[in-house]
Amino acid sequence: MAAMAPGGASSSEIYKGNAPRLLLPTWVVIGVFLLVPVALMAIYSFLTKEFRGGVIWEFTLAAYDQFFLDRGLFGDEPPSIEWTYITIFWRSIWQAGLATVLCLLIGFPTAWFIATRDARMRTVWLLVVTVPYWVNLLIRTVSMKFLIRDEGPLNAFLLWTGVIDQPLGLINTNLAVQLGLFYSYLPFMVLPIYAAVERYDFALSEAAADLYADRWTILRLVILPVVKPGLVAGCILVFVPSLGAFLAPDLLGGAKSFMIGSLIEEQFKGAAGNWPFGAAAAMILMTIVMIVLLVYARSQTREAAA
Amino acid sequence: MNVPLLGYEPINGWYHPGKEKQFRGWFGIVTGTVISIDRVVKSFGTFTALHEVSLDIADNEFFTLLGPSGCGKTTLLRCIAGFEPVSGGQIRLHGEDIAPLPPFKRPVNTVFQHYALFPHMTVLENVMFGLQRLGWSVVDAEGRAKQALELVHLSQFLKRRPGQLSGGQQQRVALARALAPEPKVLLLDEPLSALDLKLRQAVRMELKQIQRETGIAFVFVTHDQEEALTMSDRIAVMSDGHVQQIGTPREIYEAPANRFVADFIGETNLIEVPVLGIEGGMAEVSLPGGRALRCPTPLTGPVGQGVLSLRPERIDLCAPGEADLVVTATDQVYLGTDIQLKATLAGGQELTIRLQNALATRLPEAGTQVGLKLEAGAARLLAA
Repeated sequence: MAAMAPGGASSSEIYKGNAPRLLLPTWVVIGVFLLVPVALMAIYSFLTKEFRGGVIWEFTLAAYDQFFLDRGLFGDEPPSIEWTYITIFWRSIWQAGLATVLCLLIGFPTAWFIATRDARMRTVWLLVVTVPYWVNLLIRTVSMKFLIRDEGPLNAFLLWTGVIDQPLGLINTNLAVQLGLFYSYLPFMVLPIYAAVERYDFALSEAAADLYADRWTILRLVILPVVKPGLVAGCILVFVPSLGAFLAPDLLGGAKSFMIGSLIEEQFKGAAGNWPFGAAAAMILMTIVMIVLLVYARSQTREAAA
Repeated sequence: MNVPLLGYEPINGWYHPGKEKQFRGWFGIVTGTVISIDRVVKSFGTFTALHEVSLDIADNEFFTLLGPSGCGKTTLLRCIAGFEPVSGGQIRLHGEDIAPLPPFKRPVNTVFQHYALFPHMTVLENVMFGLQRLGWSVVDAEGRAKQALELVHLSQFLKRRPGQLSGGQQQRVALARALAPEPKVLLLDEPLSALDLKLRQAVRMELKQIQRETGIAFVFVTHDQEEALTMSDRIAVMSDGHVQQIGTPREIYEAPANRFVADFIGETNLIEVPVLGIEGGMAEVSLPGGRALRCPTPLTGPVGQGVLSLRPERIDLCAPGEADLVVTATDQVYLGTDIQLKATLAGGQELTIRLQNALATRLPEAGTQVGLKLEAGAARLLAA
């Protein structure tokens, strides 16, 4: 330890032997609230369903078979792919992706605007952005439903101004679900980007301008790369919950805008449920999210190494 | 992208190691004006940061803007770079008014106080940045960037990121980055203030040397008078948004134009004296205690009262009989090379005298009466 003070031990030395004990609380929390539930879910997905909810402890691949295959592996005819759930999955992915892109497009300028105000106004603007989210998500989503339904204020206003001559019929569409997702998760985009932009040193923009970069070049080559951790954090925070959302598709969408979150929710609700199938769908969802995050993390480490 | 800005084209082969650039001039030898600041005004709301500032900066000159914080020196620099739009006046670069241009169209580069290196780029990419924006190919830009980094002795760190370098090294990268596009003028905003003392002193000489090698005009902003005196060809002393005096370090120190400059540059004693007469740049004043003294002055008209600036290092001790001033010693401060003697005049005013720390130096004890002899060049009469 080169930096060690004479007669004393460096901090890493003090903690070295105690590391396992000091990390105990962390491991308890991660174990009880993360590893055990995930393990339970994984196990349940391989069990046989009990008709009134719950499971029978008999190992089977039936849940995964039901998810992916129409004619199963164990029938007389050759297996074929079941498209119903894959379609729902695919719809969930692009809905969540679109919500992420929209949140990014609106969230970045918003965060930039807030971060460039003076200190007092920043607090005010942050409050303005977050206050609506003190209201329960369910209530906000129901309110959205009332706003955009055919008899709601949005249509009433547009009819009154004469922009349209019949209601838009927004409700029960993918667009309505998208609106719900976008509105629900916008602050999760704004806040991390705000944190990154607030730390951004505006002298960097001046330096770039001084070195013959125009405004768009500064944005592209300096600002965006420097605040990228905030952008990535925001995208993850919007994409992941959007992918598993069930309130927005339940309340705003129709049969054709069903998302994976609703599918999972249904399997655990009431007598019609199928716990192993719900657990299997959740496992598949989690796997996809993990793969996306791992690919990103891998690309980051490769970039840092280069 | 390949269109040169303002008809300015970076010249290849600006620096070849081993082949020194053609010598273009010594200290004050002026080959032409590169930047002409003409009655520039800058206001922030009701506050005026620059009051009709005018000054000319010559080709390959090391020019320093010196003043206390808040004097407008950094504002002026930012106006030249284009970060602050001027409220009035012209900034002419080789005769062309660049005041309306955005910063990215000015062939002027800046070394920022805290370097402002791009943290996500390597050292080499940082230095290549400006060249690539000017439309240089990657190969050419890389070649020039490497030359610039060689000039600041950083060739071994091309692939590092700024965060992996020490403060001094980052400062060199910032310098290389600003020099690489071969600007007409290099602006330096207190670039040494974040370095520690030893490093600062070493970098001073190096900066001066790089300035001579490249022949680029440097405009250097600092509040450190020692820095200004040691590095500059010429200095503009500023306060409250006005230029107080422009001159060589020697002129500024030995012939300050006013009380502010005399007080700000170096140490001085300022005492109010009645003026007996002024003629041809020389004044006759009456010293406290009654003796008359002839000394240089920038004043012309008849004035009743003036301020006499006495440089502490040009005052010597002598017998009270032949003294210009008689004081009572009060205190002494040991400074190593010098010894500072504090004394008071009969009127109660404090004086500081600097004596060389020679073996023979005899210091009067506190409370004793001492005679002071004013050497030639010790006194200068300024406006009250």
